[in-house]
Amino acid sequence: MKLRRIFAIFTACALAASLTACGGSQDTESQADAGETSESTTLSGAIATGGSTSVEKVIGALSESFMELNPDVDITYDPTGSGAGITGAADGTLDLGLSSRDLKEEETAQGLTATTFALDGIAIVVNSENPVSDLSLEQIKGLADGTITNWKDVGGNDAPVVLIGREAGSGTRDGFESIVGVEDVCKYEQELTSTGAVIAGVAANPNAFGYASLSAVDETVKAVTVDGVEATEETVQDGTYKIQRPFIFVTKDGAEQTEQTKAFIEYATSEEVSDLVAQAGAVPLK
Amino acid sequence: MKVKHVIERVMNTVFFICGMVSIAAVLLITIYMVIAGLPAILEIGPIDFLLGQVWQSTAADPKFGILPFIMTSVWGTLGAVVIGVPIGLCTAIFLSKLAPPKLAAIVHPAVELLAGIPSVVYGLIGMMVLVPGVMNLFDLKSGSTLLTAILVLAVMILPSIISVSETALRAVPPEYEEASLGLGATWIETVCKVSVPAAKSGIAAGVVLGVGRAIGEAMAVMMVAGNVANMPGLFKSVRFLTTAVASEMSYAADGSLQKQALFSIGLILFIFIMLINLLLGRILKKGAATK
Repeated sequence: MKLRRIFAIFTACALAASLTACGGSQDTESQADAGETSESTTLSGAIATGGSTSVEKVIGALSESFMELNPDVDITYDPTGSGAGITGAADGTLDLGLSSRDLKEEETAQGLTATTFALDGIAIVVNSENPVSDLSLEQIKGLADGTITNWKDVGGNDAPVVLIGREAGSGTRDGFESIVGVEDVCKYEQELTSTGAVIAGVAANPNAFGYASLSAVDETVKAVTVDGVEATEETVQDGTYKIQRPFIFVTKDGAEQTEQTKAFIEYATSEEVSDLVAQAGAVPLK
Repeated sequence: MKVKHVIERVMNTVFFICGMVSIAAVLLITIYMVIAGLPAILEIGPIDFLLGQVWQSTAADPKFGILPFIMTSVWGTLGAVVIGVPIGLCTAIFLSKLAPPKLAAIVHPAVELLAGIPSVVYGLIGMMVLVPGVMNLFDLKSGSTLLTAILVLAVMILPSIISVSETALRAVPPEYEEASLGLGATWIETVCKVSVPAAKSGIAAGVVLGVGRAIGEAMAVMMVAGNVANMPGLFKSVRFLTTAVASEMSYAADGSLQKQALFSIGLILFIFIMLINLLLGRILKKGAATK
């Protein structure tokens, strides 16, 4: 009697396993179908990409949709940092290097080319009760590195400044600190692990000041203008909003590019992916 | 007869395998933690790692000193015990010795419910209520402090202290108490001077269990402590051993010293918990010996 029950449980497990297996194979079939109908060319092979951790979300969304269109292409991404991505492209270990900063002169001198595929705008947010509505880049630097500790120094109330930021390793933190020029010297009061938490933290503290991806800013907090320029998709695209950085593909001039790599660069810089880029939290080129 | 024999054998094996699974899990975790955690400690240097006061894992010149995390975990746990143990012990005495049955029937399930609340809910309530509360009460610029984390942890360790101490107090032989009453002591005197000392090893076990929970808690303290790698201060934003691992793990690049150092923090935490469990085992053994 007991044995039979155990047997029944085993069969049930086996059945469940086979069912999920069936479901899985059906999925891949339907994806393959979609690929055949929408794309006539048949690309295949691997694309090795790697570099900046900040671009992870964008590159993930792009490669996922690209692989859906071209099921025989396999795109890998190794988040090792912008520096490693550029080196990888230079010495040929990567088909595509990913960087969240523009190339330096000595890097372009090595024969590297940058192709921008998205922009990253970082909004500076304060509590909605805070009367400060415009800050210069210099003031933001002072607020972040602790040389300005009271809001009255930048035209606000007589209240202490509380910097709320992200944890070490976060792309937004890296972006903010490198653009404003406060790498490793920020005087954080709170280090939170998501953009949403930073916004909630700023919304909860009247003295708070923080940074967040442009796409994540909502009406619970106030985004200040930087040097008089409001942070919007348009001002990031035309370059007037200062706290932004490009997401670039790094390729080596003269190195032979595979078909699939070329197609992927073309796909990622095309207008049809703007929605994907925006969904991933970055600003599309157009 | 034979079928019965076979079933006996098979079931024996099944139970044996199930027993082995947990042992294998403990062994695997221990071995993995040591393998993953040791290299970074050796590379950074045990003294720089354990006694360094600066943690800047992604700086151009990275520093990996985890003394702030260790001290925060120690002070945070200590603070939670100082607040939680008196409340927990008194609740246990109340439930086991003083409460009218009807009232106990309400308080008891409430305590059990407290144990079942997920830690993220504690964190959420801490973030919404305690953080602004502490900020306004002490006129601080930010309410995410060690004190806030201590308050959250104190509530979180209550259930283990209460339920273990209550069981221990109920197990005190009634003859002890009757003898005390017979000698003219009041009920409260009896409880404080006879029942509690008689149940002390059980109470100690409850406290150690609570300490284990407090030191291992990550989610709730991450939401209220602010997570800045400062040396601990009651009104400073602090980072615990657990939150140090949890907050940086998701972005640490594979193979980097940062990630390895996070594993090393995990190893230190693991050693802490092991020591606490050893202490617990010793207390329980001692308690059994005196009985």
